[in-house]
Amino acid sequence: MEDNKLVYKTAARKNRIFHTVIYVFLSIWGILVLFPFYWMLLSSVKSYSAYTAERVPAFYTLSPTLQNYVDAFTQVPLGKYFLNTLIFTVITTALMLVVIVLAAFAFARLEFRGKNLIFTLFLSLMMIPNELVVITNFVTITNLNMRNTFAGLILPSVTSVFYIYLLKENFEQIPDSLYLAAKVDGTSDFKYLWKVMIPISKPTIVTVVILKVIECWNSYVWPRLITDDKNYFLVSNGIQEIRENGFGRENIPAMMAAVVSVSIPLIVLFLIFRNKIMEGVSRGGTKG
Amino acid sequence: MKVVLKDLTKIFPPRGRKGKPVTAVDHFNFEIPDGQLIGLLGPSGCGKSTTLYLICGLEKPTSGQLFFGEDDVTNLPPENRGVGLVFQNYALYPHLTVEQNITFPLENLKKSERPTKEEMHTRAVEAAKLVQIEALMERKPSELSGGQQQRVAIARALVKMPKVLLLDEPLSNLDARLRLQTREEIRRIQRETGITTIFVTHDQEEAMSISDMIVVMKDGAIHQIGKPQAVYDDPTNLFVAKFLGTPPINTFEGEVRSGQLYIGEAAVLETPRAPDGRVYVGIRPEGFRLDPEGKLVCHLTGVDVMGRDTSVVSTHEASLDVNVRSIIDSEDAQTISGKEVRFTLRPSKVLLFDRTTEERIRYGK
Amino acid sequence: MENNRKAWLYLLPAFLFLGVFMVYPLVDVFVYSFEEGYNFASESFFGTGGYNYSYVLHDPYFLQAIKNTFLMVVITVPLSTGLALLISLALSSITPLRNLFQTIYFLPYVTNTLAVGLVFMILFRKTPYSDGMVNRLIHLFGGPTVDFIEGPYWAKMFVFCFYIIWVVMPFKILILTSALASVNPMYYKAAKIDGTPRWRVFTRITLPMISPMIFYLVITGFIGAFKSYSDAVALFGTNLNAAGINTIVGYVYDMLYGDSGGYPSYASAAAIILFAIVMTITCINLMVSRKTVHY
Repeated sequence: MEDNKLVYKTAARKNRIFHTVIYVFLSIWGILVLFPFYWMLLSSVKSYSAYTAERVPAFYTLSPTLQNYVDAFTQVPLGKYFLNTLIFTVITTALMLVVIVLAAFAFARLEFRGKNLIFTLFLSLMMIPNELVVITNFVTITNLNMRNTFAGLILPSVTSVFYIYLLKENFEQIPDSLYLAAKVDGTSDFKYLWKVMIPISKPTIVTVVILKVIECWNSYVWPRLITDDKNYFLVSNGIQEIRENGFGRENIPAMMAAVVSVSIPLIVLFLIFRNKIMEGVSRGGTKG
Repeated sequence: MKVVLKDLTKIFPPRGRKGKPVTAVDHFNFEIPDGQLIGLLGPSGCGKSTTLYLICGLEKPTSGQLFFGEDDVTNLPPENRGVGLVFQNYALYPHLTVEQNITFPLENLKKSERPTKEEMHTRAVEAAKLVQIEALMERKPSELSGGQQQRVAIARALVKMPKVLLLDEPLSNLDARLRLQTREEIRRIQRETGITTIFVTHDQEEAMSISDMIVVMKDGAIHQIGKPQAVYDDPTNLFVAKFLGTPPINTFEGEVRSGQLYIGEAAVLETPRAPDGRVYVGIRPEGFRLDPEGKLVCHLTGVDVMGRDTSVVSTHEASLDVNVRSIIDSEDAQTISGKEVRFTLRPSKVLLFDRTTEERIRYGK
Repeated sequence: MENNRKAWLYLLPAFLFLGVFMVYPLVDVFVYSFEEGYNFASESFFGTGGYNYSYVLHDPYFLQAIKNTFLMVVITVPLSTGLALLISLALSSITPLRNLFQTIYFLPYVTNTLAVGLVFMILFRKTPYSDGMVNRLIHLFGGPTVDFIEGPYWAKMFVFCFYIIWVVMPFKILILTSALASVNPMYYKAAKIDGTPRWRVFTRITLPMISPMIFYLVITGFIGAFKSYSDAVALFGTNLNAAGINTIVGYVYDMLYGDSGGYPSYASAAAIILFAIVMTITCINLMVSRKTVHY
């Protein structure tokens, strides 16, 4: 009896130590992840004079100011960058939705000659890295005189083979009998797609939209290649521009205010749709 | 509305390179009288679902014609035929409420024929009342039991006031209790509406219990059409005889010699008009009568008492089945003892079939 | 027939977009890479052959980019995968606060690489006015301060790798935690009844069960790391060649556009070399995984 108790006690103590170690470990990584966010938030509310006076950076500030945010939106066209990104994101995502829903419907529901072959070719396109096609696209858009236009920004960013694949898989899970039932009632293919398939697949469509929005909001390479007019900069390019030509002088707090402003929309989106985003990403989104 | 099938044939193209074309429906000719409840009956893969899809227009026939009343509807698309179809898995739209599901077919009608919102509601409620689900109108299909979903599917098929109602295996997704209840329900709805109704099933009991007429099919061919009792009593061939009835018919090898039917060496029945030769003998379980003087001698293996009746299980060398099952009155069964049972046969329950064609041989008066 | 036409109509938009911006460019990039002396302005060239490849392979900037990329890949892929595995294991062994940790760990995924890179730069750099946050910590522990952004090569490589790991961790943690969660708990119960020690449970049950996912992460990790570019820009600015920390993709874009740009042929050749490297590494990975992974 006594022996058993002892064994039990040591086991319990061992367990406690084990758990403590785990929590410490997890907290360290948590701090490493959060610290840059804390630092940008902190720096963004320090006044310019206070920041530059700190030879040794301080971990807190006693006199927070929002002046940097005012500067970020008035001294550089951050508002314009936001608007551009919003336009770019909304139009790209909307166009993509139309394209992928129609294509996924054709693959999932319609019968036509060569369907399997064409779908296999589609899938093989998933392996093509963007870096390989960006060169010609750059030349195409330049030759079409579409540099520094929204069309030039948007059109090459529309397609996504992976999302067509994801949606097609989802469409195929809808039982055939629903389609036949709709046929008996005289529903056209397009109406069936619109009234039945899209509502049923709403969760997947929402996931795709969120992933595409994240992708659009963070896109940097293509906009950098295709725009050199500040009027068409997206936020990523805007941040880079601020960094290099900034506020006339190196104004770190104002830069941080811009960085915070750029980061907040997606973080809010993430906190609202946390589960959807994480589920969507684990189903096949890699960053970029 | 009467439905006429004229030489209706459906051949599916081969699947894959090595496949052969499949004849699912082979020159069907029959007429379904107005206002009747018809069961299409057969084992799986016999073409009964294809027949149903041909009637509603989801499949186009390879040849032949289809008439609703006097109208040739062979080339009409489904929505112009005025049919309602209930699927085996009900095919309810999961994102719509019960009421939205029921009104869905109405919303597809052309502008000129489409009822107003209020009319749609009224008609949906009428249809729902008919199948007794008017209390569930705001629910989603996932919140309903299997039986309730079935009713919604029927209401959705009825709301267009179809000329013909088609049901694909309507009871197969329900548990045993609900199945009994629902088949009475289908019978009642059909009687109340008077709509010509065709349903497909592989369960002969189901078909026998509610149909005005059954069509027995196998391998794309019709084997027999008739009133359930008539088909049961007077099957045209061995397949139909075997397919109908629980417990199934008992089959033996036998021989006709000068007006006598022999099973083994025992002359069990007089068959004056049957030609001499070897035959298959089918005996319905209720065709046996216990008789100490009986000519058919079987080895007793067990007695199952089922209330009013008793099922006597025995074996016989000439039997083509593992057991010989006979059903007799429980009172008579008390006389059973020993290793043997002796039977005399009721002539009306003994059927003879040709050894090669398996067609009926008629022998009576 | 009518069905055929309808299906093509539905597919038309996708075909247009994919054809113009994916299939055609894919063919074209090979064509470009063999056109010698291509002039962007006049769109003319005076020969075909392998000169572009030879030029790129002898360009010191390209060789530097190859070295940087390989070094970074070799450091970050094993480190991030291993660390992600440790974190996921730790996460799956706790219940309270688990959701909170998971949410925090995922944050880098939804942040703008350029924006957060700027913060990293601020944290790591050393200017005449200030030593910066990280150097302050080093100083606290008695080490010598160093400028990680414009200082020695190893310091730059360190920040680069650190930032890349920071950026790729969310995806790996997410995949591994869901892989761990999908292991049937029955196995763990059985092991517990047998009194199997924790370490053996890990090596004999957990690791084999999630090995397909680990390899998936290694493969996608290699592909992703080889294509890094915006992370470097975020830390070191757009002139990566001058900073000596360019990546292969960075080299491609620099050849295409910017102060050093205007040479799509060189860019194409470099891109195809990159593609060949990635394909080779992926094939090697797949071959190794065939031998070691239990499916």
